[in-house]
Amino acid sequence: MSIEAREARQPWILLSPALTAVTLLLFVPLMFIVVYSFWLRSAVGADTMGFHIDNWQRALTDPFYRYILWNTLKIAAITTVLCALLGYPAAYFIARSRGNKLVLLVLLMLPFWISYIIRTMSWINILGTSGALNSALMSLGITSEPIRMLYNEYTVILGLVHFLLPFMVLNVFVSLDGIDTNLEDAANSLGATKWQAFTEVTLPLSLPGLAAGALLCFVLAAGTYITPLILGGPRDAMFANLVYEAIITQLNWPMGSALSLLLLFVLGLLVLVYNRYLGMSQLTKGLG
Amino acid sequence: MGWQLIRLYAILVYGFMFLPVAVVVLLSFNDSQFGAFPMTGFSLRWFEALWNNDAIMRAFRTSIMLGLLTAVISTTLGVLASLALVRYSIPGRNLITTMLIAPILVPEVVLAVALLLFLNFLGIGKSFTLLLFGHVIFTLPFVILVVQARLVGIRRDVEEAALSLGASPRQTFFSITLPLLMPAVAAGALFAFTISFDDITGTLFWKPGGVETVPTQIFAMLRHSISPEINALGTVMIVLTVGLPLLGAALARRMAMKRGG
Repeated sequence: MSIEAREARQPWILLSPALTAVTLLLFVPLMFIVVYSFWLRSAVGADTMGFHIDNWQRALTDPFYRYILWNTLKIAAITTVLCALLGYPAAYFIARSRGNKLVLLVLLMLPFWISYIIRTMSWINILGTSGALNSALMSLGITSEPIRMLYNEYTVILGLVHFLLPFMVLNVFVSLDGIDTNLEDAANSLGATKWQAFTEVTLPLSLPGLAAGALLCFVLAAGTYITPLILGGPRDAMFANLVYEAIITQLNWPMGSALSLLLLFVLGLLVLVYNRYLGMSQLTKGLG
Repeated sequence: MGWQLIRLYAILVYGFMFLPVAVVVLLSFNDSQFGAFPMTGFSLRWFEALWNNDAIMRAFRTSIMLGLLTAVISTTLGVLASLALVRYSIPGRNLITTMLIAPILVPEVVLAVALLLFLNFLGIGKSFTLLLFGHVIFTLPFVILVVQARLVGIRRDVEEAALSLGASPRQTFFSITLPLLMPAVAAGALFAFTISFDDITGTLFWKPGGVETVPTQIFAMLRHSISPEINALGTVMIVLTVGLPLLGAALARRMAMKRGG
């Protein structure tokens, strides 16, 4: 074989293990559950193969599923907006600070490394009936009985914001850090106020980072089932909880396939819209 | 004035991020037997209880084993793929990158369901093997992103110099490329281990009954009530997942400085 041919083959040899892995462990399984979602669950024994639209019909028309889907998107949207409101100023502070930016950033990213379940559970220590907040309120004499603050939609959102905020901060920071500060100075010298320079120059230039952070927050929030299980009440299920219920509790795998594909389509649509306007590269920037 | 306000706001955000974690650590040293406020005194008894709790120690062993195997496999696959992506101009590069990143673009629940159902169909039911496959595919994109970012910084001409001085491609790889690659490999492996160690979303779908990892063990314990042991476990996890990478980074820096000076 010629040297050129060997040279040309080399990258494919290097890529083949990883490509085989994603093909066999992701793409083929995804196609498989598309097929599986048309099967039917049997009361005993193996699921019935075939082409039945029953699962899809139920997934798309059942008012309960529709309500949960709507509720999931609502919770994800609120979480995303809160992450942006909390994260943008913090990222701006880090990017424009005169101190050691890297230390400030790493400090804010530290919780990102701390176990998700520990961070989620930690709110029970704070908001629970014998948590920090209730003991403080009671020892100050503001209430005599502990207030029930946990296990509702607000605490689910709180847990999600706490979990996802680092993603937002990192993405916004990366795009703010890339903006030449001279641009703001130029705007100022041309007569813009500080606020104007921010809204007319810096904010628009940082929108790609904000959008990338928002997409990550939204998709990750909309796909979670652990946070509602730990911090939510029985009525605060999100769409991924339905999937978990169908697969793990009811063992209705065909229905579970249909529900997870529905979630994939809804969130995939969002990613496609994003990709159409902003491109994927912004998303991977934050991790580098 | 404006800047002071932003600073105050940022400090509050930092507080929001750290407060719950601080409370976990604080309570893990609390002597009170309810794992809640008020603090009644300093004690290490919950760490002792942790050490003597067989279920938790078993979960720890499972998690560490799973994390190590995941890190080895995922880093190997990831480093090879990154080398191809950074070092060669290949047709369809963007498509390939998107394909390799796809496991984190798909919601983890969906990935979990698809993998469980497909491998079960092939005869691999809920098992350690399934867990390992799942963790590898889920951590692979992170490894590739991290390693690629590091690889870009390695200059090609050092290798070319070695080759032109008569080293074989194999010699060049092992004595030039690999040592230069080590920080990237280490970063990728650390990332894979930490993500695997922390994963619960997929793990709950893939784990066989009776096998628990640390996060699923905590999850199972939470269903009963929040015991002080969980806080102690949380503190240990915080030290492991934050302390170790920081220590690693510090050591790497010292080594780099020694080599430089």
